[in-house]
Amino acid sequence: MPILEHPAYPPATLLCLESLVPCRESQVSMLLSIFGERQQLSFPSIFIYGHTSSGKTYVMKTLLNTLQQLPHVFVNCVECFTSRLLLEEILIQLQNHSSETRRASPVPCDTFNDFVRLFKQALVLDRAEQLREMEANILPAFLRLQELTDRNVTVILLSEIVWEMFRPNTGCFEPFILYFPDYSIGHLQKILSQNHPPEYSADFYSAYINILLGVFYMVCRDLKELQHLAALNFSKYCEPVVRKEAKERDTRKLWKNIEPHLKKAMQTVYLREISSSQWERLQCEEGELGQIKGLSAHAHVELPYYSKFLLIAAYLASYNPVRTDKRFFLKHHGKIKKTNFMKKHEKTSNHLLGPKPFPLDRLLAILYSIVDNRVAPTANIFSQITSLVTLQLLSVVGNNDQLDGPRYKCTVSLDFIRAIARTVNFDIIKYLYDFL
Amino acid sequence: MSTRSLSKGCFVFKPSPKKRKVSRTTAYYFREGSSDLEDSELRFATCQSLQKQVKSETEQIEEELNEQLFDNLVSFLRRSHSAFQEKKTEWTCRTKSREIPTAALVLGVNVTDHDFTFRSLSEVLQNNVTPYIALLEAKDCPGIKNLMQKLLGQLMNCCIDVDSSEEEDYEHVSRSRVRCSMTTLINWYESATKRTDSETPGKKRTSSRHWQSPPVVVIFKDMESFTTKVLQDFVVISSQHIGEFPLVLIFGIATSPMIIHSLLPHSVSSLLCIELFQSLSCKDHLSTIIDKILLTTQFPLKLSEKVLQVLINIFLYHDFSVQNFIKGFQLCIVEHFHSNPLSVLCCQLEEAKRRVNSLSHNQCENVRRLPSFRRYVESQVSEKQIALLTVDSSLKEAVQKLLEDLNVYHENYFPILRCLHVFTSSLPKYPLGKQIRELHCACLENRVWETEEYESSLQLARMLNKSDLVTMLQKCVEILVSSPGREFDEIVEKLKEFLTQFQKLEEAYQERDESISPQKELQKKTNLYHLQKTLLELKESRRSKKLTKFEMLRFEVVDYIDSLVRHYLVPADHKTLHEIVYFNTASVLREHLNAAPRIALHTALNNPYSYLKAFSTVVTAAEGPTADAASSDQVDDVIHARFIRAVSELELLGFIKPSKQKTDHVARLTWGGC
Repeated sequence: MPILEHPAYPPATLLCLESLVPCRESQVSMLLSIFGERQQLSFPSIFIYGHTSSGKTYVMKTLLNTLQQLPHVFVNCVECFTSRLLLEEILIQLQNHSSETRRASPVPCDTFNDFVRLFKQALVLDRAEQLREMEANILPAFLRLQELTDRNVTVILLSEIVWEMFRPNTGCFEPFILYFPDYSIGHLQKILSQNHPPEYSADFYSAYINILLGVFYMVCRDLKELQHLAALNFSKYCEPVVRKEAKERDTRKLWKNIEPHLKKAMQTVYLREISSSQWERLQCEEGELGQIKGLSAHAHVELPYYSKFLLIAAYLASYNPVRTDKRFFLKHHGKIKKTNFMKKHEKTSNHLLGPKPFPLDRLLAILYSIVDNRVAPTANIFSQITSLVTLQLLSVVGNNDQLDGPRYKCTVSLDFIRAIARTVNFDIIKYLYDFL
Repeated sequence: MSTRSLSKGCFVFKPSPKKRKVSRTTAYYFREGSSDLEDSELRFATCQSLQKQVKSETEQIEEELNEQLFDNLVSFLRRSHSAFQEKKTEWTCRTKSREIPTAALVLGVNVTDHDFTFRSLSEVLQNNVTPYIALLEAKDCPGIKNLMQKLLGQLMNCCIDVDSSEEEDYEHVSRSRVRCSMTTLINWYESATKRTDSETPGKKRTSSRHWQSPPVVVIFKDMESFTTKVLQDFVVISSQHIGEFPLVLIFGIATSPMIIHSLLPHSVSSLLCIELFQSLSCKDHLSTIIDKILLTTQFPLKLSEKVLQVLINIFLYHDFSVQNFIKGFQLCIVEHFHSNPLSVLCCQLEEAKRRVNSLSHNQCENVRRLPSFRRYVESQVSEKQIALLTVDSSLKEAVQKLLEDLNVYHENYFPILRCLHVFTSSLPKYPLGKQIRELHCACLENRVWETEEYESSLQLARMLNKSDLVTMLQKCVEILVSSPGREFDEIVEKLKEFLTQFQKLEEAYQERDESISPQKELQKKTNLYHLQKTLLELKESRRSKKLTKFEMLRFEVVDYIDSLVRHYLVPADHKTLHEIVYFNTASVLREHLNAAPRIALHTALNNPYSYLKAFSTVVTAAEGPTADAASSDQVDDVIHARFIRAVSELELLGFIKPSKQKTDHVARLTWGGC
């Protein structure tokens, strides 16, 4: 019993379409009824949103491609990063559409006005979030394109965020809003199982997908990613069958074989700690995982001696209140009352609040007091500060005022700075207010 | 060219065409500064040739060091390229999402060196892999638009280069006309590869080096400085088209590869297929450079301990930059030839001997003034002394001989230093340092055998076990055999003799019967009194125990090494005429390389009079070369008035303020720019 029914299209096409868009039947039928028949004027703009890989782009593409009668332009807004590029891209695609004979050079089109003049049909804008950052007139104008051009055109916006985030404060034409819900685990199972390798039966592959989802569903619901992972690990799953150690129906044995492997994959490939090609090579060679270290295994950064102290000084300046400097860095700081020194609200909160900006002079003052031998404020020290900024270990805060010295923030983590401090035998915990 | 402005700013001076025609400027300045004009032409020429030699040598070393890394990268490119050309019909290939092959190239924090690495990398790729390379820098790409512009500009430019048409023409084609989108790039790539495929056989030579449908390599030089948005957008856009043309990304990373995860969210990094490549650590790099450049007799110029220490300290404490180290060395060369008139003799021995003959009388006097030469003269008999001090020809003869001695000293010094390093580098806690450069510095500084560290190293060496000792001796033999020194035959003989003795000892051990050791007897005794007694006996016997044969031999070896050290590793400044080949004015170098702007500013501003003097110097220099007035102590009244006015204006603007301490006039100048 076909779900999709529409007077304008032959049932065979609809059946084909239905097989291509599993689990999205209701949305497709909704769209079809909005589009209506060819001569009917359709809704001027539709806004479709849903989470990553909930099939928005895929459904729209297959829908428009399968139903030949719908002339359309499909544009990715990330790719067309200026309005001019976007409009020109649309026009070029339209040109290719309407007339293969007239291969004119691309029309320059700078403003929306020109665009309306030149615009001759459905239009899909993928990743529509980007539109918000273009000129203010783009979004409202697209929403009313039908009215402006006086043609039967529907603008479809695809986005991962809700319409409320789009609505300009000057108001605009409200589009028809359609939500694509996330695929459920059943949906995922169904869709993933559909594309099984020709060498193996559908049941066998379906069992594999079941195991895969059992491991990955908790962390990843991205269909594309799951498909990728399924393809990467399938050969390992088949191994016992190929070696004739197990039969295709031996689900339990196969599960025992693949489960630890998939868990390992979750910690490495999925996080992009090691690349998919490395993973595949490892699978082929049956090598141990220890051979290739993940990206995070190389967290250690080697720095010049004074750069290390500069970074430590910056960290201290960022996380200690200014008034405590005297206590930490002066040898004869006199008696400081413990109760006064420890203000309750300041305690342990500095690390939760994040780094605070500090002026250059404070950084240097702390540096001089934590380095054992005398440091001259040479040009090299200053250039080291700059290079720490380019390495993104420090960041400059609000450097618009030339008169005041620059202010910095230290952007490294506690673990990182402890590792650095250890290499120079500096006990940084003793100097941090939060850990007193 | 003068600027009159109170505020801080940048001024553009277009170079006047007149100045360009003066081509002999360097040589001219070189001569101008030196106090006397002794052989300045020759010195300049020597300096230049030495510079050139050092440059080519260092470049070659660096190429060798990078070879491994580049090989790995090329094989990575090859792998990912073959993956690109793979049949798309296979099931796994269809189902797998297409990732952009990405090489994460971790180069270390010495950012100044990266330029060189990237230049040679793109050269290697250009020669062997692909003509399509784009190098992107963060400062050129604040937005995705600029990035695409830059990318297209570089790629299309390189394809024009292949056509060997003039670049100048291209500049006239305004880039804004080109639509900066991925579609343009793909169309360009298709047409470019098609053209190279259908090229005439005559031109095929150039394209045959490259692969079939060569990949487009985009290098991000400084990954850390790119903004997240630009990178994300670029990756997302290019991943849309990865099926249409072979794109490979190379991320140049200075800190750690973790930066990829912090810059790119998972949804974007999952579009990449990242492999990690690590370059040699810059400390190893430096060791190689020092080993191959400074610890050889290849270059006539040597660095004294202090100078070397300054350069190494700048490296270790400040920048980790090998390029800067080499530049520092080059500065030493220039400074030495510039400031030392006798540096004319700092060249290969044969040439130096020839030059000695043509020394002028003034230069001979210069030689006589050298402290080391005076010491040498004092040690001679009186007739010889008179001859050396009065007759130029006998002086020249002596100098020739001394230069030869110096040369022999160096020829012996380095191999023996390496031998000593073999020993010291394997001792626990490294009393003389782990690196050979530390040992070298220690030897240059003073008599190394008089130091405590040396004493303790010898003591530790006397406790080495046999297998270690044998391998060390073998290493020493290898070093000495491969070095060109003339006196080593004897030493090698001696060392080999030691080795055979060790061999014999081993055989003797195996033959010897095992006697019952006193320890075994000990186990039998249970009585407390007896136990005490035997223990005491044991102690006695151990005190007076004779050394075993092995121990004797070990002492002998260590003593022999010690004698070698005492003979060959004499500090260079004990050698006569060392001033000619050793550059030792560390203070000059420090001034040049490790300037202290704050201290200079502070002293300048603390003292209003010096402030005024500086002001008047600047003003008169800017106004013209009629510098006669500037030399007089009296400051021109007009300038004085201008100064006072300028200072009060600066004060009004808030750039400086009086310190109110005593009478001085401290300023708070904008130190922010430092």
